[in-house]
Amino acid sequence: MASLDTPRIVSSRWSLPDSHTLSRYLDSGGYVALRKALTMFPEAVAAEVDAASLLGRGGAGFPAGRKWSMLRRSAISYLVVNGDESEPATFKDHYLVERDPHQLVEGVIIAAYALQVSQAFIFLRGEFALGLERVQQAVNDAYEYGALGSSIFGSSFSLDIVVHPGAGAYICGEETALIEALEGKRGFPRIKPPFFPAAVGLYGEPTVVNNVETMSNLPWIVNNGGAAFAALGAGRSTGTRLFALAGRVRNPGAYELEMVKNTFRDLIYDPRLGGGILEDRAIKAIIPGGVSAPWFGPELLDVPLGQDEVAEKGSMLGSGSIVVLDETSCVVRATWRIVKFFSRESCGQCTPCREGSGWLERIMYRLENGGGRPEDLDLLLDLSDNIAPGLTWPPQQTTICVLGPSIPSSIHSAITLFRDDFVAHVEHGSCPHV
Amino acid sequence: MSDQTPTPITVTVNGRAVEAQPGELLIEVAERAGTYVPRFCYHPRMEPVGVCRMCLVEVDGPRGATLQPACYLHVSDGMSVTTDSEKAKKAQDGVLEFLLANHPLDCPVCDKGGECPLQDQTLAHGSGETRFVEEKRHFVKPVEIGALVLLDRERCIQCSRCTRFAAEVAGDAEIAFAGRGDLIEVAPSPTHPFDSVFSGNTVQICPVGALTAKPYRFTARPWDLDQVESTCTVCAVGCRVAVQSSGNRLTRVLGLDSDPVNHGWLCDKGRFTLDSVDAHEGETDPLSSATRITEPLVRRDGALVAVSWSEALARAAALLREASEESPDAVGAIGGAALTNEGAYAWERVLRGVLGTENLDAQYGDGLDPALLQALAPATIDDAVAAPVVVTLTGDLREELPVLFLRLREAVVKHGHDLIEFGFGASALRALARWSLPVRPGEAHLVAAALAGENPAPGLAASDADLRAARERLGDAGEGVVFVVGRPNLAEGAPVMERAIRVLAERFPAARFLPVLRRANVRGALDMGLAPGLRPGRGVAPSPAGRDTLSQIEAMVDGHQRAVVLLGGCLLGNVIDVERAREALASADVIAVTGHGGATLAYADVVLPVAVAHERNGTVTNLEGRVSAVSAKLVAPGSAWSDVAVAVELAEQLGAHLSLTSLDVVAKLIEESTGYPALSVLNDDTTDGVLVGDRARATLRRPLDPMAFPGIRGVDHVGLGELSGRSSTLELDHVGATSSATLDRVAAGRAVASIAADAYSLRLHASRRLYDRGVAMMGSPALAELIATTRLHVHHADLDRLGVDTGDRVRVTGSGVSVEMSVVADDDVPRGVAEVPVNTVDADGQDVLARLVTRPELVSLVRLETR
Amino acid sequence: MRHLRTELRQRAEELVGLYPQRRSAMLPLLHLVQEQDGYLTPEGIAEVAELTGTSEADVRGTASFYDMFHLEPVGRYVVGVCTNIACLLRGGEEMLAHASATLGCAVGGTSSDGLFTLEETECLADCDRAPVVQVNHRYVRTTTPELFDALIEDLRAGRRDHEVPHHGTLIRVRRAGGLHAEHEEIVSQRAASRAARDERAKESQ
Ligand SMILES: Cc1cc2nc3c(=O)[nH]c(=O)nc-3n(C[C@H](O)[C@H](O)[C@H](O)COP(=O)(O)O)c2cc1C
Ligand code: SF4
Ligand code: FES
Repeated sequence: MASLDTPRIVSSRWSLPDSHTLSRYLDSGGYVALRKALTMFPEAVAAEVDAASLLGRGGAGFPAGRKWSMLRRSAISYLVVNGDESEPATFKDHYLVERDPHQLVEGVIIAAYALQVSQAFIFLRGEFALGLERVQQAVNDAYEYGALGSSIFGSSFSLDIVVHPGAGAYICGEETALIEALEGKRGFPRIKPPFFPAAVGLYGEPTVVNNVETMSNLPWIVNNGGAAFAALGAGRSTGTRLFALAGRVRNPGAYELEMVKNTFRDLIYDPRLGGGILEDRAIKAIIPGGVSAPWFGPELLDVPLGQDEVAEKGSMLGSGSIVVLDETSCVVRATWRIVKFFSRESCGQCTPCREGSGWLERIMYRLENGGGRPEDLDLLLDLSDNIAPGLTWPPQQTTICVLGPSIPSSIHSAITLFRDDFVAHVEHGSCPHV
Repeated sequence: MSDQTPTPITVTVNGRAVEAQPGELLIEVAERAGTYVPRFCYHPRMEPVGVCRMCLVEVDGPRGATLQPACYLHVSDGMSVTTDSEKAKKAQDGVLEFLLANHPLDCPVCDKGGECPLQDQTLAHGSGETRFVEEKRHFVKPVEIGALVLLDRERCIQCSRCTRFAAEVAGDAEIAFAGRGDLIEVAPSPTHPFDSVFSGNTVQICPVGALTAKPYRFTARPWDLDQVESTCTVCAVGCRVAVQSSGNRLTRVLGLDSDPVNHGWLCDKGRFTLDSVDAHEGETDPLSSATRITEPLVRRDGALVAVSWSEALARAAALLREASEESPDAVGAIGGAALTNEGAYAWERVLRGVLGTENLDAQYGDGLDPALLQALAPATIDDAVAAPVVVTLTGDLREELPVLFLRLREAVVKHGHDLIEFGFGASALRALARWSLPVRPGEAHLVAAALAGENPAPGLAASDADLRAARERLGDAGEGVVFVVGRPNLAEGAPVMERAIRVLAERFPAARFLPVLRRANVRGALDMGLAPGLRPGRGVAPSPAGRDTLSQIEAMVDGHQRAVVLLGGCLLGNVIDVERAREALASADVIAVTGHGGATLAYADVVLPVAVAHERNGTVTNLEGRVSAVSAKLVAPGSAWSDVAVAVELAEQLGAHLSLTSLDVVAKLIEESTGYPALSVLNDDTTDGVLVGDRARATLRRPLDPMAFPGIRGVDHVGLGELSGRSSTLELDHVGATSSATLDRVAAGRAVASIAADAYSLRLHASRRLYDRGVAMMGSPALAELIATTRLHVHHADLDRLGVDTGDRVRVTGSGVSVEMSVVADDDVPRGVAEVPVNTVDADGQDVLARLVTRPELVSLVRLETR
Repeated sequence: MRHLRTELRQRAEELVGLYPQRRSAMLPLLHLVQEQDGYLTPEGIAEVAELTGTSEADVRGTASFYDMFHLEPVGRYVVGVCTNIACLLRGGEEMLAHASATLGCAVGGTSSDGLFTLEETECLADCDRAPVVQVNHRYVRTTTPELFDALIEDLRAGRRDHEVPHHGTLIRVRRAGGLHAEHEEIVSQRAASRAARDERAKESQ
C-alpha cells in the first residue's frame, strides 16, 4: 500500500471548484507566503529553498537552491519559467497551470524576490491554450491585487511577469532552446559551454530557468519552512513530487506522492492510484521519467520513486512521468513511435541527431511494418552508438544537446530487454501481433 | 603592443606539445601543428557554431575523455587532445556516414565534384559501401533562390555557412533556415528573393554543391581549372582574388582571404563581371561597351578602320606633336584609373616628361583634391575597423565599395564601435549608426563645422541634439577617430566636401582619414602623378597647376586645348555634363587608349587597344594605399598591348626613348626613384600587399581556406612576361624636386558660398549604384539583367506637398531641359532633397543627370511639377 | 502598408513593448497574424518582419520551425489527434484513422467543406485521458469514436463556439497590468537591495 498520508504540497486545490480563480486562491491561503517572504531578506528566502533541497522538477533534477546560489556571484537579470511540458507522457505542469495558476504565479514572485530580479517570463507551450488564458488571467489579477507590479504589497520590490506562448516544438523545453524561442528565434539549443543560462542566458544576461512544478512548490516552502519540506522524502529526494502515470493502467493520472517512500509498484497498483493494469494483465515494461529514459523491466517495480534510487538502476526519474506497457503492447511499435517522435522533434542542427533520428526511424518502421533484416539490430545499435558513444547511462554524446543521446535510449533498452521480440519481427517480416 | 600579448600556453595534440594563445580555437591550434581536423560548418571568418559535429575530437577532462567539437573549443593551458583515437575516429566516421545517408550520388554532374570536401572526406575515410538502404530524401532540384544563385536542397548538409554569412557578415538575412529536423532547408522568402550584392560568397563557402552560381554552373570542371592570384579592380577596395580559367576563357573568380582587406569576401560585381573581359562573339561595334577593341583603329573618312600598330602610333604621335608644338598646354590626358601603377607611371612619363604637359587627371570631376587627401593623416581599413569611433562622409558604401561596407559593419557589429554617419541619402550602414546626421547638398561643411564645435548653422537638417551628442563623442582632438571621406554627391561641387574635410582635419589633429575614392586604381594613378601638380611617388610639385578633367573639357571647347589622350574608361560615361564633354571631344583630336568600346569612341581619331584586367601583370594600389599585384590569366585578344608597352612605343614615336624595357624595370624604377613598393610587391610571393609608406605593415599571405578551395592545389604564379619594347638607354628626365603634401601646403581651397535655395526647389543628390551602366556591368550578361530601373527618390513629406506618391510621374526641371520621370517616396532622403542615381535614364533612354545638370554648380537645384 | 487590423495592430505594438528586445515578440505576433488571417499570409509575415526588425525570410524560417504555425491556409478547425506513446497504448492510431474517415480527409489534409484540417500530433500532455484530441488547441476529451463524431457534429452546428474558438485564436485573455515604473527606478531598487544584501553578508562573516 502506498503511503498517502503526507501533505499535498502542489495539488491541494485541484479538487476545489474554480480553483483557478483569485478568490478561491485567497480563501485557501493564497499569497500568504508572498507576504511572509516580503518581510524576510531575499537571501533568507533563498536559504529556505536551499534548506528544502528542492530538486528541479523539469527533468535534470538539479537542486533549485544550488542553482540560485551558484549564480549569486553574477547578479541574475531574468527568471524564466519552463512550462513547455512536451516530454511524452508528462502532464503534471498541465494540471498545475490550469488548476492552480495563482500558486505558480505566487511561486514565481517569491523566486523573483529571492533572486532580486524585476523581470520574469512564464513560457508555456502553445497547445496549453486554456492554461495560457488562466495564467494570463492570474497574472492580470495579481497586478490588480497588488501582488505584482511596482512596490508589491507596499514593499520596495517590483516585478513584471510576461506570459509567453510557445508554438509547438518539443525542443523548446530544453532551457537554451527555450531562451532562443523567447528571443524570437528558432528553437536551436545553444552550444555548451557555457553550461548554464545562469552565466549567459536570455539576451546574453544571467538567467535562471526553472520548471513550473519547481516554482509551484515555493509558496508551501515559505509557509512551512525548508526544513519541513526536507523532512519529507529521503536522501537527496525531498518533499513530494507529481507523478504522471499513463499507459496500460486502470487509472492514469497525476498523483502527488512523497518522494522515495513509494515504489513504482505502489503507484501502479494502489487502488487509490493507478489501480493496476487493464484487464489485470502482466506488466511488460515501464518507462520512467519520460521517453528519453531507459526502460525498466517488471523486475524493477520495487525501486523507490526517488531520484538517486532510479538513477542507480540505470535510468532516471526525469520529468516524473511513468508509462506502463503490458503484455499486449508491442515493444517494437512503441520504440518506433518514440524514435519517430525524436525524429520529428530534432531541431536539425547536429548531423548525428538530424540524420540519425530519421535513419533509425526508418529502420524501426521497416521492422514493424515489413522488411526487417537480421542485420538491422546491429545496425540500430551501431548507429545509436554514433549518437551516444558507448550507449552508457548517463549518456555520452556527439551532439549539442541531450535530445540526441535520448534517441537511442528506447532502442537500446528495448533490444536489450526484448531482443526476442525484435527477432520475431524480423523472422515474421513485420509485427507478429497484427 | 607586446606587453598586451598574453603569455602563450601549451596544449597537447596527439601527444605533441603545441604552443597556443589562451582562448584560441582548438581547430586552429591543431592545424598550425599540422593536424587537420575535418570540418564542414566551421569558417575562420565567422563565429563557430559547432553544428555539423564533423570535427569531434577526444579531450581529456576531469570526468575522463569526452568528445568535443574542435571548432568550438577554446584551448586552455595543459589541455590534452586526441584527434585520431579510435573513439574520435568512430565519431567522425559516424558523422560522415550520417551526412552521406541522404546525400545524392550525383557527383559526376555536380559543379563541386572534384573540389568537394564531402567527396574528399568520403574517399579518404568512407567505408566505401553504404549501410543506408532506405529511400533518400527528395526535393525538387535545383531552385533559383536569387538572380545569381541556385540551390539544390538534396545536396545541402545544413552546415549553415550560407545563412550565417547572410545574417552575420552581410547583415541582410535574405536566406534563412526553414523547417525543422531532417526537413530543414535553406530558403529565401517567396516574396523576396536572395538578391544581396554579396550572394556569390555563399556559393564560395558552401562546402558541397548545394549552392551554385548561375554564371559558373557547368562551365568547367575543377581539375581543368588553372588559376592565378590577383587583385580585383572593379572598385578601389582591392579585394584579393584567385582568377581561374579553363582554356583561354575566364571561368571563375574566388575571394582570397586577405587579412587587412577582404577576409575572403567579394561583392557580386567583382565576382561575376569577369565575362566583360571576353571578346563577345559578334560584337564589333566600337561604340558598344560589350565590344573588345582588338586592333588599333584610326579614323578615316569619318569611320574607324583597323590599321597596323605602327600606323596608329604614328598617327597618334603626329596629332600630339602638332598640338604640343603649338604649346605643351594644348595637350592633355584624362583618365588612368584603369591602368596598373606601372602603366600609370609610364604614361605620366610620356605626358609630363615627353610632352611636357601638366594637364592630366585620373579623376572625372567626381573625386576630391588629391593633394588635400595626401595631406591627411592616413588610416587603413583595419584602422577604421579598430577605431572606437568611425565617421562616414560618403555615399552608400554598400553600393560604392561593397566589401569596405562589410568591414565597417564588422566594426559596429563585432567590436561594438560607434559609427557616426553623414546621411546624404539611403545608406546600408544607417541601421548601425549611433547617430545619423541628415545632410542636404551644400551642407556637409556646415555639419562638419558644427561637429568642430561651432554653433550649428541655422536650418540644418540634422537636429541640434544629435549634433551635440556626436560632437561630444568625437572628443577634443579626435583621438581614436577615423573619418571615412568620399564624394557622395556628384551633383554637388567638390569644394563642399573638401571644405568639410579640411574643417575636420584642422579641428581634430589626432584623427585619421580613410579616403574612399571609388574607381579601381585611382589611388595608384594619383600616386603615380596623374593629376595636376602631383608627381610620381606621392610628391607635390611647386610648379603651377595644370588642368583637371573639367577644365580640360572647357579648354577643349574654347580651343585652348587641341588634343586629348583618353586613358581607358569611357569619358562620356563618367562625367555628369555629357553634352559639354561631347562638345569638347568634337573640337579636339582624340587618342583613346582602351580595351573596350564605348560611346566615347565616336569622337576618337586614334584608338590604341590595351590589355584589361586579368590580361596583364603589374601592381595596383587600393584606397588605403596598399599595393598589391594583379596577374594575367589570359592573353589579351587580337593585337592589344599592355598599357606600359603602348606608352613606351608612343614615346618612341615622339622621339623619346624611355628605358622601360620590362615590367620589372618599370617597377624597379618606381621603387628606386620614389620608394613606392612596386617591385617589392611584384617580386615577393609571401606578402599580400604592402602599405605605401609603411613597409612594416606588409601583410603575410594567408594560406587558402582549404574548405573554400579543397580541390585546387595552390596558386601558381604566371611569369611576368617581357614587354615588346626595344631596350633603350635614354636617360629619363627625372621627376625633379618634390615634397610631400601637408595640410598647410595645400592651397586653402575655395570658399564655399552660401546656397541660395528657394522654397520650391529641391537640392539634387546624384548617388551611385553598384549595378550601374558601366562597362563591367554592360559586358556581363548575367549582371546586366540586374541593373534596376532607377527613379527619383524624395522624402514623402515633399511629395505630399506636391500631392504625388510613389510611382507617379513628375516633370523635373534643373539647369537644363526638363525631363519626365517617376518618383519614389523614400524617407532615407533628407527633406528638401531629390536623390537620383547616376546613369538613370528617362523614358526616352536619355541620361537624366546630363540633362538636369548642365553646368557644374556648387549645388544643383531641381523643381518638380505634376504634369 | 499595414496588414493587421487596427485593434490587432495595437495589440501587436503592446506585445513588442513587453520585451527588452522587439524580436522577442516574434511568436506572439505570429499567433496574432494567424488569429486574423487563419494562417501566416505573406502580408502578415512582412508586417511581423517590420515589427520585429527582421527580414521576411527570417520570419518565415522561424515560423516554419514551429508546428502551430501554418504557412498555408487551414480549416476553421484544426483537429489534432495524438499518437505518441501514451495514446498509442490506448488507441491513438485507431482514433486518428477514425477521424480521417469521419472528416473525409487524409492526415495533414483539409475536409472538402474547408471546415476541418486533420493533424497527427506529438504528445499533448493530457495522457491520462488518452487518446487525446484537441481542436484549435483546446482539449475536447473525446476518447471514443462515438464521442468524436458527436464533437464534429457539435462543431459543424456551432454548438461549441464558446469553448472552441476559430482556428488561430490563442489566448483570449488580454494582458492587463504592468510594471508602471521607470526603468531607472527598478534598476536602482535592485542595486540598493543587492548592496544591502552584500552588506549583510559581510556582517554575518
Ligand atoms: C530535450 C529536452 C527537453 C526538455 N523539456 C523540458 C520541459 O518540457 N519542461 C521542463 O521544465 N524542462 C525540460 N527540460 C529540462 C530543462 O532543460 C531544464 O533543465 C529545466 O527547465 C530546469 O528547471 P528545473 O531545474 O526547475 O527542473 C528539457 C531538457 C531537454 C534536454
Ligand atoms: S541534439 Fe538534436 S535537438 Fe539537440 S541541438 Fe542537436 S540536433 Fe538539435
Ligand atoms: S562542428 Fe566543428 S566544423 Fe562543424
